[in-house]
Amino acid sequence: MSVEFDRKIHDTLADANLQLAVYTATGRLKDKRIQVTAAGVLPDYQELRTQANAIKKHVIDNLDHYLEEFERNVESHGGKVVYCKDATDVSDFVLDLAKRRGSRLIVKSKSMTTEEVDLNERLAHHGLESVETDLGEYILQLAHERPYHIVAPALHKTRYDVADLFTKELGVARETVPEKLTLIARGVLREKFLKADIGISGANFLIADSGAVAIIENEGNVRLTTSAPKIHIAVAGIEKVIPRAQDLAVFLKLLARSATGQLVSVYTSFLAGPRRAGEVDGPEEFYVVLLDNGRTKLLPDRSKRESLYCIRCGACLNACPVYRKIGGHSFPWVYSGPIGAIITPQFMGVSHEPGLPFASSLCGACGEVCPVKIDIPKILLELRGDVRKSEAREGLNRIEKLAFRIFAWVMTHPRIYEMAGRMAASIAPTGDGKWIRSVPAPMSVGPLKAWLSERDMPPLPPKSFREMWRNR
Amino acid sequence: MGKRVSLFVTCMVDQLFPKVGMAMADVLERLGYRVDFPEEQTCCGQPAYNSGYHAEARIVARHFLKTFEASEAIVVPSGSCTAMVTHHFKDLFTKEPETLALVHAMEKKVHEFATFLTDVAGVEDVGARMDDVVTFHDGCHALRELGIQSAPRRLLARVKGLELREMVPSEECCGFGGTFAVKFAELSGAMARTKIDAIVGTGANTVVSLDPSCLMQIQGALSRAGLHVRTMHLAEVLASR
Repeated sequence: MSVEFDRKIHDTLADANLQLAVYTATGRLKDKRIQVTAAGVLPDYQELRTQANAIKKHVIDNLDHYLEEFERNVESHGGKVVYCKDATDVSDFVLDLAKRRGSRLIVKSKSMTTEEVDLNERLAHHGLESVETDLGEYILQLAHERPYHIVAPALHKTRYDVADLFTKELGVARETVPEKLTLIARGVLREKFLKADIGISGANFLIADSGAVAIIENEGNVRLTTSAPKIHIAVAGIEKVIPRAQDLAVFLKLLARSATGQLVSVYTSFLAGPRRAGEVDGPEEFYVVLLDNGRTKLLPDRSKRESLYCIRCGACLNACPVYRKIGGHSFPWVYSGPIGAIITPQFMGVSHEPGLPFASSLCGACGEVCPVKIDIPKILLELRGDVRKSEAREGLNRIEKLAFRIFAWVMTHPRIYEMAGRMAASIAPTGDGKWIRSVPAPMSVGPLKAWLSERDMPPLPPKSFREMWRNR
Repeated sequence: MGKRVSLFVTCMVDQLFPKVGMAMADVLERLGYRVDFPEEQTCCGQPAYNSGYHAEARIVARHFLKTFEASEAIVVPSGSCTAMVTHHFKDLFTKEPETLALVHAMEKKVHEFATFLTDVAGVEDVGARMDDVVTFHDGCHALRELGIQSAPRRLLARVKGLELREMVPSEECCGFGGTFAVKFAELSGAMARTKIDAIVGTGANTVVSLDPSCLMQIQGALSRAGLHVRTMHLAEVLASR
């Protein structure tokens, strides 16, 4: 584990206000999800999960086919599909288009994919203003922070935090009523929508058979982003493609429920190409940027590639007892929580943060709530193995490796195992049968020290089970 | 003479909580089983597997398979160690078809203690008595990998004098997680304290679980916080009379 990861975890755990904010907000989302997926409300919930998993499996197994079909159908509507290998490809495309069209201002709706490629920073570096229009994302852009949560990006900010931020950054009178804060943001953003040259959105689904992009949202800012400016660019990972429009009957039932506990989101938009003759609104140009950025690296591994089934609902974050303690910013990349813990090592390489797959008690709550049934705990276990292989290649972590080799040897030699256990019992403090708070300094090292830093330890019994069994 | 069962007490019960193993044997014998203890047994290999040392886990898993090959039914006082054998051994041996066949035969023979009583022995009332208010902690692997939820509650409901009060939430992890507890000690401790808040909220005197590892984490944190709530394995409750 890197020092930075360790420090971020420590700092988050030590911040009582943050602990309360994150635990409360995730708890609310978690409870709402449970309510709207209950058998009485959605009797076919488990069946829908099975179907969603089957559709995603089929798509990822046949990704090339569906991407080509999607591309053909987008182009038949007069849109254009742009394949991008990485972050530079995406920003180069946007910058080049902006230059050719003389664009200065960009409005953006919420998109984890653009966060993944640092699009705002890259555009700003070249003098383009890019404004986030989702309220949570707008707050974070003002605060110069990354999203804390896949679905609720400003989940960690209280209304008082936002009040202070708006006063400082926008020069407005301090206002702590959420509705009034929203109106302040709305006032700023309306101006931006009217003046913007380009709108950049994400995409929840790329529908192959209709060449359309489906986006769900609650604030209406996606509709404005994708229709007010003359140019609309949708940026999506290649794994977002689904075969048919009718597959949405499965996914739309699962996505809003899993994400926010809504039965359906406020807006569901289907965008298929630019404005056509006779239409009164819509952009003049329509582009879909399909991003790889490491995704194709997952395809050869039949087991781990199910990580690409993710529909970014964030349910695993709200269910995760680890995320609820360490929050989103402790994670080493833009994707946090259990899904972040499995895709970060696969997109960025296991040595990006070798501690990440281990930051889990393997409780399985993530897998239980995943609407597309990604076996997250199993993938974490596989990634732990990958970390060890990578360490072995680089000659790292040799002492732990040796410890586990000794462990395997002892556990296959029952007589040695018994002797080792009794030796430990003979030197350990007995605590007079009570639980033990501390051990003498020379013993307080490694795992024992770590255990005792938070908890008492059990006194070692005078006889092991096998001794008691023999003597009975 | 009754049917034979073998105990796999787990390394943790063998070394740290032998009374749990003795209680389990008592209950099984009371139900008429002939109980044996294969002396070669050690560990299921989960610590190595969960730490990413798959080769070492395979070595220990093979030892387990050999030790219990002749047993007809194996009863385990741990959901987590049961799940290691019934749900994870197969992932360790995907490239060894011969061992995989042994694993699949073993999966059918290995039973977590509470579900062995309810599903195999077909018993809910084991004739236990304990005058106490208890709360039940669902171990994550028992709950989510083995799907055990009602069996321990049905068994507790038949213990005379016992009142069960559910904690909210009962299904949230205690923060143990094997080596996670020491690799991420501060985080693990924070998770344990959240669990303890839920326990204390019930007003119960005793926390019961199917997993000695969860109980070690919970008791360790309770003791550190100076709280006088005790922990008991289900087997110890059912052995009380």
